[in-house]
Amino acid sequence: MSQATKDIEALITQMAKLPGLGPRSARRAVLHLIKKRTGQMAPLADLMHQVAQSARECLNCGNIGTADICDICNDDRRATGELCVVEDVSDLWAMERGQAFSGRYHVLGGTLSALDSVGPEDLRIPQLVDRIAAEQITEVILALNATVDGQTTAHYIADQLHDTGIAVTSLAQGVPIGGELDYLDDGTIGAALKARRRF
Amino acid sequence: MEWRDEGIILSARRHGETSAIVDLFTPAHGRHMGVVRGGASRRFAPILQPGGQVAVAWRARLEDHIGSFTVEPIRQRADILNDRLGLAGLNALTSLLSFALPEREPYPAFYVQTETLFDLLSHGDAWPLAYLRWEVELLDQLGFGLELNKCAVTGSRDDLVYVSPKTGRAVSRDAAGDWAPRLLPLPQCLLGQGAVTAKDIRDGLSMTGYFIENRLAPALGDKPLPEARQRLIDALARYE
Repeated sequence: MSQATKDIEALITQMAKLPGLGPRSARRAVLHLIKKRTGQMAPLADLMHQVAQSARECLNCGNIGTADICDICNDDRRATGELCVVEDVSDLWAMERGQAFSGRYHVLGGTLSALDSVGPEDLRIPQLVDRIAAEQITEVILALNATVDGQTTAHYIADQLHDTGIAVTSLAQGVPIGGELDYLDDGTIGAALKARRRF
Repeated sequence: MEWRDEGIILSARRHGETSAIVDLFTPAHGRHMGVVRGGASRRFAPILQPGGQVAVAWRARLEDHIGSFTVEPIRQRADILNDRLGLAGLNALTSLLSFALPEREPYPAFYVQTETLFDLLSHGDAWPLAYLRWEVELLDQLGFGLELNKCAVTGSRDDLVYVSPKTGRAVSRDAAGDWAPRLLPLPQCLLGQGAVTAKDIRDGLSMTGYFIENRLAPALGDKPLPEARQRLIDALARYE
């Protein structure tokens, strides 16, 4: 195998480690990039290099950006007094895609997990408590996953904030948009029924 | 190799991009692991939550392989997600079962007791006593049974108020004498006497905790105790 082929094979091996890609799809992607190397590969390589140099966690909320303080935390219009607590950066980005929330976020970096021995000290909970005082937060919205670990974490945070006197709310649980009752699991139907409202 | 059973999900870990390794507690096959193909998908996420109950078929080429599960939901216990105390109980139960039970050793009677306790978790205030009794039973099932029905010194069945940390046997007030400060308090609710108080539950969990930590854990290679148990004790204290 020549050195040139080795480089391409190494690139395929690296690409195959990415989520959602296996060796075959990585090979296809690399072949595609090589064919479009001027228009796609070179700009992609430049951007990857650039982001590798500049990407970092926001010191305030834990979001990923290219500065010490992210755009959301820097935006004064988002100082609404509402703070949305999410498990991971991907959840923050999902909330932002929805454009339904105009306040600020706090990324925990995980959930309490008995299985993985993740305790409160492993999450960004102390920073959350500090922020509530520093940023005059009036409502904390717990947007954590509706899983055992997610809700265990939500209850823990609610307990920690109990004495602060601020409102602690959580996302509703129920039928998703486009959801058909026949395909819903029993737990979701039960939660939706409990949270029913006058129509 | 193939068998069918039902089981309670103790944990589900992602395995690769699409599968999950699931740890189940079953009546006939004990605590058993297996791979659920597609277990990392959104379709399986609600089914594989800890505490959920599933009908399961296990297949493997050889007995000692991890094998694969196909699962069908029986009960999800999702209503417990909104109950902070019940959720703390569920976490303590699943993590203690994972911590303590050996793999592939059946405990059919203990399974029934465990299933009942899981059902009780979302039904009011009665379960902390059931949970305490369950921990006593867990110790018993694993060979560290406590003898609480008569005094280790006098054989008397009256006024049993302590447990010896050395033997795990009850001691009456008279027999304890000057040794009383060194003994563990025995809550009367474990003897079926008197009303259940928060202090009883606290004392009881402190007693079972002593034996879990000092008898059971060393036998399991000094594994650290699951933090979920302490979080349950903290949560119970908060709601006293």
